[in-house]
Amino acid sequence: MNRIKQILKANKKLLSIYFTAGYPKLDDTVEILQQLEKNGIDLVEIGLPFSDPLADGPTIQKSSEEALKNGMTTNLLFEQLKDIRKTVSIPLILMGYFNPVLQFGVENFCKKCAEVGIDGLILPDLPLAEFQEHYAEIFKKYGLLNIFLITPQTSEERIRQIDAASEGFIYMVSSASVTGSSSGFGTEQTTYFERIASLSLTNPQIVGFGINNSETFQLVTKYAKGAIIGSAFIKMLSEKGIAGISAFVGSIRKV
Amino acid sequence: MNYNVNEKGYYGEFGGAYIPEMLYPNVEELRQNYLKIMAEESFQMEFRQLLKDYVGRPTPLYFAKRLSEKYNTKIYLKREDLCHTGAHKVNNTIGQILMAKRLGKTRIIAETGAGQHGVATATVCALMGLECIVFMGEIDIKRQAPNVARMKMLGAKVVPATSGSKTLKDATNEAIRDWINNPVDTHYIIGSVVGPHPYPDMVARFQSVISEEIKTQLKEKESRENPDFVIACVGGGSNAAGAFYHYLDKPEVGIIAVEAAGKGIDSGESAATSALGKVGIIHGSKTLLMQTADGQITEPYSISAGLDYPGVGPMHANLFASGRGEFISITDDEAMQAGLELCKLEGIIPAIESSHALAIFETRKFNQNDVVVVNLSGRGDKDLDTYIKYFNY
Ligand SMILES: Cc1ncc(COP(=O)(O)O)c(C=O)c1O
Repeated sequence: MNRIKQILKANKKLLSIYFTAGYPKLDDTVEILQQLEKNGIDLVEIGLPFSDPLADGPTIQKSSEEALKNGMTTNLLFEQLKDIRKTVSIPLILMGYFNPVLQFGVENFCKKCAEVGIDGLILPDLPLAEFQEHYAEIFKKYGLLNIFLITPQTSEERIRQIDAASEGFIYMVSSASVTGSSSGFGTEQTTYFERIASLSLTNPQIVGFGINNSETFQLVTKYAKGAIIGSAFIKMLSEKGIAGISAFVGSIRKV
Repeated sequence: MNYNVNEKGYYGEFGGAYIPEMLYPNVEELRQNYLKIMAEESFQMEFRQLLKDYVGRPTPLYFAKRLSEKYNTKIYLKREDLCHTGAHKVNNTIGQILMAKRLGKTRIIAETGAGQHGVATATVCALMGLECIVFMGEIDIKRQAPNVARMKMLGAKVVPATSGSKTLKDATNEAIRDWINNPVDTHYIIGSVVGPHPYPDMVARFQSVISEEIKTQLKEKESRENPDFVIACVGGGSNAAGAFYHYLDKPEVGIIAVEAAGKGIDSGESAATSALGKVGIIHGSKTLLMQTADGQITEPYSISAGLDYPGVGPMHANLFASGRGEFISITDDEAMQAGLELCKLEGIIPAIESSHALAIFETRKFNQNDVVVVNLSGRGDKDLDTYIKYFNY
C-alpha cells in the first residue's frame, strides 16, 4: 500500500515537514531526510526549487533561489534520492511548481518518482481539471497520489469535487496567504477549521501555511489529521543547519 | 482556423489557467462574469464614454508621409501615444476598473514594467476613488523614475519588487502574491494579454478598440478596411493584440509582431521570446517562455522596460506556432535609431517599445503600394533619460 495512505491510518496526529532540496547546501537532501525520520517526523514534502514560486513568501523564495544557485536541478534531485529507500521509510512527497515537471516530461517525472520511491506529488499550479483531463492516468500508473489544496475561500462545491478527486489527504491552506506568514490563528481560522471538519470529507486534512510552533501545531491538529511546517523549519535550518533538527522537532511536539 | 480564445480558455494549445488553488475563486469569479458584464449596455456606455471624453479616443490614424517616402511604402501610424497617460495601456485599465467596480472590489493592485501600466492604473483608481498598489521591479523603478513620480502624484503606493531579476516578471510575481493574501476585496488589473484565462481574452477585448478604429479610419483614408500589414511591438502583447484583433481571421492582412532582441538573440541578453522560448507555464498561462532546460524561467533583457518580459501572451504564442503571425526581433540599437528617426522625420518622440516596431523598415521590405499600419503604442516622455544617455544629448 502507498506509504501516505498507510501513515494516515495511524492513530496519531501527523507532523510533516517541508524543506527545499539543495538548501542550505546542495547535498543536504539525504541527511535532512534521515534526520527528520530519526526525530519522528511522519511525512516529508521535498521542495523542488523554482525560479518563480508564486505561492511562496520570502523564506521559501529565498531558499529556492539559494538552492538553484547551489546548482539544484530535477535530475540531480532524483540522483540524490536514488538510494533513499535504503535508509528512509516514511512517506515522501515531492512538491513543486508545474513548469519544471512539464519540461522534464510529466510521464518521465512520474516514472522517476516511482523508481526512487516517492509516494505523492503536490503541484499547486496544476489545476484540478487539467490534472484530471491529462495526467491522472499517468499518476495512477506510477502509484503516485496527487495532493490538492483547499483554502478558506474554496467553495463547498469545489471542496467536494476535490475530495472526490483526492486519494490520501487534502492539503488545507490555513489562511488566505502565501507561505510563511506567522500572524497566528484567530477565530476566523478556527471557524474555517470547524467548517471543514464538519463536512465529513472522505479524505483527512493536513493543515499547512503559518504553522510555526507547538501552539499552532496543537491548535490545528484539534481539527485536522496533521500539520505541515515549512518556512519555520527553513528559517531554523538557515540559522542552525542540520544539527538543529532534533531540537526543532522536539519543540513542536512538546505539549 | 480560429485565432481567438476557445471556451476552455485556450488559443490552440496555449493559455488555460495554471494557478494555485488560492487564486481559483478570484479567477473563476472573473471568468464567470467578464463576458456578461462586458455585454451590459451600461458597461459599454460607460466604457465608450470614458474612452472618448477621458482618454481622447479615437486616436488619429496618421499618414506618415516622410517616413513613407523614405521606405517607399505607405505607412500609417496608429497614434496610441496620444492617449491620456501616453500609451495604449489605459484602454485596458479603464475597462478593468469598470469591471472591478461591478464585481464589488475596493482595492486595486497592478504590476508594471515601464511604468505605463502602473500610471494608467493609478490614473483610473484616482478617477474612481479606489485604493491602488503598484508592484514594480527595483531596476525598473530606477530606469523609469518619471513614471514612479507620476504614480505617487496620482495617489498610488509603489512597492518595489526585489526578487529575481527585479523587473516586470518579478513585479508580476509580487502582485500575484498580494492577490493571494487579499482574496476578497482586491482586483488585480493585469497590464497585458498574459496571466490565467480570462485575462488574455479580457485585455485583448478592451484593447481591440485599436483595430476597430483602424478599420473605420482606413476606410475613410484608403477606401478599404484592411491594411496589407499591421505591425506592433510585443512585450506581453496587449497593444499588438488590440491592433491585430479585428484582423486575426482576415488572412489578407499580414500580422507582424516585433520582439525585443536586446543585445542580440544569441547574446544571452535578450527578450525575444518567439526565438528563444519553449512551451511552458508562466504567471498562470501555458505559453512560450524563455527558460532553462530544467524549466527555470530565464531573466530577460531589453533596453525597453515594457518589452523586458520572458514570455508572450498565449494569443501570440498561437499566432507564432500556427504561422499566422510573422515574428521579427529588433535589437536595442536598431530600436534606438528608429526612435530617433521618427523624431527627425515626423516630429514624434516614440516610446522605446514602439521604436522596436518602427525599426523593422530597415530590414523588412514592403511594396510601394502596401498599406502598412504601425501601432505607435506610446510616447517617449518616460524614456527621455534612456534616450539622453544613449545619444549623449
Ligand atoms: C508604450 C508601450 N508599448 C508597449 C508595451 C508592451 O506591452 P504590450 O506588449 O502588452 O503592449 C508597453 C509596456 O509597458 C508600453 O509602455
